[in-house]
Amino acid sequence: MGSKRQFRIWRGDETGGDLKDYTVEVNEGEVVLDVIHRLQATEAPDLACRWNCKAGKCGSCSMEINGKPRLGCMTRMSTFEESETVTVTPLRTFPVIRDLVTDVSFNYEKARETPAFAPPADVAPGDYRMQQVDVERSQEFRKCIECFLCQNVCHVIRDHDENKPAFSGPRYFIRAAELDMHPLDARTDRREYAQSDMGLGFCNITKCCTEVCPEHIKITDNGIIPMKERVVDRRYDPLVWLGNKIFRRGQVPQTSATSGHSSGAVTSGGAHGGAHAHGGGSHAGGVHSHAGGSHDSAAERQAQQGVNWHREVPHPTAPAVDANGKLPLTELTFNKAAAPSPFGDDVTFPLPPEHLNFAHPQQDEPKH
Amino acid sequence: MTETRIERHHYDVVVIGAGGAGLRAAIEARLAGKKTAIISKSLFGKAHTVMAEGGAAAAMGNVNSRDNWQVHFRDTMRGGKFLNNFRMAELHAKEAPQRIWELETYGALFDRTKDGKISQRNFGGHEYPRLAHVGDRTGLELIRTLQQKIVSLQQEDKQEFGSYDARIRVFSETTITELLLDGDRVAGAFGYYRESGEFVLFEAPAVVLATGGVGRSYKVTSNSWEYTGDGHALALRAGATLINMEFLQFHPTGMVWPPSVKGILVTESVRGDGGVLKNSEGKRFMFDYVPDVFRKQYAETEEEADRWYTDPDNNRRPPELLPRDEVARAINSEVKEGRGTPAGGVYLDIASRKSAEEIRRRLPSMYHQFKELADVDITKEPMEVGPTCHYVMGGVEVDPDSGAAFGTVRGLYAAGEVSGGMHGSNRLGGNSLSDLLVFGKRAGGHAATYTDQLTTRPAVSVAAVEAAVETALAPLQRDTGESPYQLQQDLQVVMGDLVGIIRREGELADAMRRLAELRERVAKVSAAGGRRYNPGWHLALDLRNMLVVSECTAKAALERQESRGGHTREDYPAMDPKWRSVNLVCSLDGDAVRLTHKPLPKMRPELIGLFDRAELAKYLTDEELAEFDALTEEANN
Repeated sequence: MGSKRQFRIWRGDETGGDLKDYTVEVNEGEVVLDVIHRLQATEAPDLACRWNCKAGKCGSCSMEINGKPRLGCMTRMSTFEESETVTVTPLRTFPVIRDLVTDVSFNYEKARETPAFAPPADVAPGDYRMQQVDVERSQEFRKCIECFLCQNVCHVIRDHDENKPAFSGPRYFIRAAELDMHPLDARTDRREYAQSDMGLGFCNITKCCTEVCPEHIKITDNGIIPMKERVVDRRYDPLVWLGNKIFRRGQVPQTSATSGHSSGAVTSGGAHGGAHAHGGGSHAGGVHSHAGGSHDSAAERQAQQGVNWHREVPHPTAPAVDANGKLPLTELTFNKAAAPSPFGDDVTFPLPPEHLNFAHPQQDEPKH
Repeated sequence: MTETRIERHHYDVVVIGAGGAGLRAAIEARLAGKKTAIISKSLFGKAHTVMAEGGAAAAMGNVNSRDNWQVHFRDTMRGGKFLNNFRMAELHAKEAPQRIWELETYGALFDRTKDGKISQRNFGGHEYPRLAHVGDRTGLELIRTLQQKIVSLQQEDKQEFGSYDARIRVFSETTITELLLDGDRVAGAFGYYRESGEFVLFEAPAVVLATGGVGRSYKVTSNSWEYTGDGHALALRAGATLINMEFLQFHPTGMVWPPSVKGILVTESVRGDGGVLKNSEGKRFMFDYVPDVFRKQYAETEEEADRWYTDPDNNRRPPELLPRDEVARAINSEVKEGRGTPAGGVYLDIASRKSAEEIRRRLPSMYHQFKELADVDITKEPMEVGPTCHYVMGGVEVDPDSGAAFGTVRGLYAAGEVSGGMHGSNRLGGNSLSDLLVFGKRAGGHAATYTDQLTTRPAVSVAAVEAAVETALAPLQRDTGESPYQLQQDLQVVMGDLVGIIRREGELADAMRRLAELRERVAKVSAAGGRRYNPGWHLALDLRNMLVVSECTAKAALERQESRGGHTREDYPAMDPKWRSVNLVCSLDGDAVRLTHKPLPKMRPELIGLFDRAELAKYLTDEELAEFDALTEEANN
């Protein structure tokens, strides 16, 4: 009872490639990965594609199906129209190795940079005692199957290679959150570290990561926002700040994110994180930009290839500031969980590339 | 061949396989100060261990304080029908709790009891609630924890030596095709990077095999593509021996619909949490299939079985929780007798027994798996399930204490599914995760000790490397042979149809003939395309391993004239005590598989004394029983 369906699959390697058309038989109950396997067994034996468990548990078969980042094994063919052409492309944020396989080593590098669990010094193995309610918060994040779809969809690094050094991405923010919420983790600086070294401030909470998570982890609401809020709590509590000043209590290295810069706005961590790549350039207008103000115009130009940048683009507007040059609100008082999206709050992600309408305000200015 | 570029690395210990056993072995070798490489066939953290759902069995006694290692040992031996290597079962039962507690110091977060300890759940074949678990994704927790422990060791090394890779390095998407020997000693391992197709040579005096199982030789399997018996075949070719290869576990409950997910596992916890098996007539049929050896431990009425979930001390267990081989056979015969579902399985019903909310909380990943893969809401309708090839009990014959491979080779270790003996003829659910930890640690530690004892480092011979290169490139250079996908399909048909759950002499002999034909075709396989991430080429190289391991299974299955655990002969339907004391050992004689009989090691008196005479009488020969009686008499005097 199979029917013939149209597929377009990206074939190529790091030197380039293009979409190839295939007509494949599809049977009832099949998923996209089945179709790829059928192609391998028939007309495209060398079609490269990662997979392992085929049950949505290992996170290997991440790909972009009709532009949406998904797991091939969890995308049922019945979700498409019979006549619909299904387009399968590799993850865009990572360099292509061949066909649907990309070089995801970025994620493993970030994993290595994220400080590991610190066991409590005075608790022997077997004596760990924790309540179910307390472990459940971290357990949500430990459901992560490391498919890296959240990393792939995150617009801080999607098309912005230059942000990669300073930005760990949603996967590792929830790793930090998981350890922060771990009842027995001995380190107390997980949030500050996320802010100062992992680029948490780059995130402006557009929730794309949550949307694509196949494990339905509430990455933004339960992981990133609490981390951001807690950093804010600490930095804005004058008593804590004073105590830290006087008793030098914070175990955290004194960075701009933790030493209580009076000028530090809520999201200044973004500019701070960007400073690694940018020589500390000040970016009042870049604070709320989606990339934290570390644009490199050469990379920008490269990313623009394939997008029609000659059509009319609405001019970016600077945020309204008060008399002190500050935004009149913080994440704590704003009615949304974050600053307004530079794309407009009514835009959902991922955007089809042809609808992209964002350009960095200073992209054409000379470097300083 | 001199123009072929080969990357060279020097390590003290090379661990092949990055699942639970491999990672635990690598951690141990690194903790012993050895420079350690981990070879992973797929990306780091994707190994098949993530598929384990139920939990890790360890007699911590957190839920029922009557549990202890002796009870666990007894359950394991019983489950394996007394064919287990008793020493491995003993070590496993004794050390499993420490290995689980150790995971907590690495950051694992198991589900908790009310008093804050690690919660433990019921599982088939285990007398008490014993499985440490995290919802139904325990395997993921285990692999992630070990992965993160390795990262933490790398961070220590970075501080000390300035490089993450100073003492432990992960080679992801790398396949080993040959072990290289210096005389009878392991000298290294040769393979290729899947991504680039470039060759890589590891020079190392000790190799730990932790490559998992062989399920990809079967049509309906819960195993991923990685499970091609690489470690089994590498060991054979290096002069090691395999035991118990006739014993394959068919998990009783794999999904049978839709066809694309056929084989994917439905965790046993569904049954542990109250799910029942029904045939197309709506009958709860498992009560008809309780074998005599288990009669005493299992409920006879539905009422008693249902009471057990809340009052396990005063009621006997529901027969749905019989060991896996029994349940798989029961389902098989229900379907055969025409009482199966349209898709050829039976119904597994939890919807009518638990509230929707409770199902979603207790079995979250099952709920999602069915919702998203099959569009079935398990809180509303029953699942359709049937047996699927799940686990191979057989594997590399090892020294129980050290994990060192027997046979003619030195410096080769094996742990986890690739090793044999621990589980006898049938593995209990939950025993594999703890097996990985217990014997992974042992193998890694002993491999490290072995390298300390060496006075000279074994050397890799140039000729052997050249031969390995030639073998690896051959499928790409031929264009006259068959497609590897076709050959794999044909192999799966032979194994699934002729060496499956129920076996017959004639069919097994037929399988041997067909495997011999396949061997010739596999020798001429050709792969289209280049070396860069070419799945066709990868499969062509794996086929050789799948084939030799399948030959071992078919040959041993033909030889063993009885039914026991994961080996069921229609022509010899009963267990035969004479066969209980025999292991079938496979080795390579040139290219051909040679099969020999070897007596099982004799259980120590204090261990055999843990069993009732009445129970032993079902398994032991008269002579063995007489010996047991003499022992008890001696003890009483």
